[in-house]
Amino acid sequence: MEHYLSLLVRAIFVENMALQMFLGMCTFLAVSKKVETAIGLGIAVIVVQMITVPLNNLLFTYLLKDGALAWIGLPDLDLSFLGFICYIGVIAAVVQVLEMFLDKYMPSLYNALGVFLPLIAVNCAIMGASLFMVERSYVFTESVVYGAGAGIGWALAITALAGIREKLKYSDVPEGLRGLGITFITTGLMSLGFMSFSGLSL
Amino acid sequence: MSTDVKTILFKPIVAENPITLQILGICSALAVTTSLRVTIVMCVALTVVVAFSNLFISMVRSYMPSSIRIIIQMAIIASLVIAVDQFLQAFAYEISKQLSVFVGLIITNCIVMGRAEAFAMKNPPLPSFMDGIGNGLGYSCVLLIVATMRELFGSGSLFGIEILPLVSNGGWYQGNGLMLLAPSAFFLIGFLIWIVRSRRAEQVEKSEFRLAAHTTQEAAH
Repeated sequence: MEHYLSLLVRAIFVENMALQMFLGMCTFLAVSKKVETAIGLGIAVIVVQMITVPLNNLLFTYLLKDGALAWIGLPDLDLSFLGFICYIGVIAAVVQVLEMFLDKYMPSLYNALGVFLPLIAVNCAIMGASLFMVERSYVFTESVVYGAGAGIGWALAITALAGIREKLKYSDVPEGLRGLGITFITTGLMSLGFMSFSGLSL
Repeated sequence: MSTDVKTILFKPIVAENPITLQILGICSALAVTTSLRVTIVMCVALTVVVAFSNLFISMVRSYMPSSIRIIIQMAIIASLVIAVDQFLQAFAYEISKQLSVFVGLIITNCIVMGRAEAFAMKNPPLPSFMDGIGNGLGYSCVLLIVATMRELFGSGSLFGIEILPLVSNGGWYQGNGLMLLAPSAFFLIGFLIWIVRSRRAEQVEKSEFRLAAHTTQEAAH
């Protein structure tokens, strides 16, 4: 149990997807103008992460890993080079299915998240989490926890940035720095803040 | 025709830089820039992928039903990235270890998707290929500037060759540790955007609010 808690804390704070790993930056900078939309997107990312990372984990362990196909009598087969195309396929499919499912059964949530769901398919934080999961060879339960942590960390970061940017729009920023430039510097300062978590372990 | 190709090739380098203006492909720009050697490999990998994905997508663009175009684009891009990744693992294993997941993340790099959607879907193969190379070069430009600054001031070397002798090796230069850490990349790109935009005023974003003049106070005096 302690191991999982520690993994969760690491994924949320120490290895924050957005601020320490620089993943999902494009959406992070583009969709962080308002707190409300940022929260919506954050929740969508958490949900998709929690589904795709474990799914990709199963896919890797039972189909792609070196010797994983022993159960159908092909113990020498190593399909791990097909990883990228499988993960992105899973992510795109999950996003699509989730969109259809929400549209049918939870229309209110669909309306809240709807516009962000397609954006998520090309969000590198999602793909990144799956690749890190493979690189660090997490087992299935670890991958569930890691997916959740990575999603929560990203959501936290984008909500915080949106909060700052909402206030920042009233400030008198030098001309060339306005917009994207100052957002980069703000993110840099936030990242500096998140570095204070770096010694944290449970 | 030749001038067309030239503008397509060179426009993305400063005038429409994918990173500083279009906000595309920032993730990897920040993460792989601690040493020049790794950065160059990343730049070449990305340029190759963008150029060829643009080429191939443009070649099949009129046969693609638009409802499934995203998945076709993804499949083309992912296959190219797999090829690049296998190539790196075979010929530059050390560097591919250092790049870790970032080669794989070229798939979700918005430059590739963005250029495929915005340019390759509407233009014939050759200009699309050039556009891919141009955007790759624009991306490489920013990455190389950031990586040079980070490696030079962070560890006093370029390409691993010592330029500023470090104190720890008996020299005079005290390495700036911040440059090797995550936040410095944000600051450097932020300042780079500042420089580019102060040279090119048309890229400056409009402010959402403006300070009103102090009319009430003046009236009181």
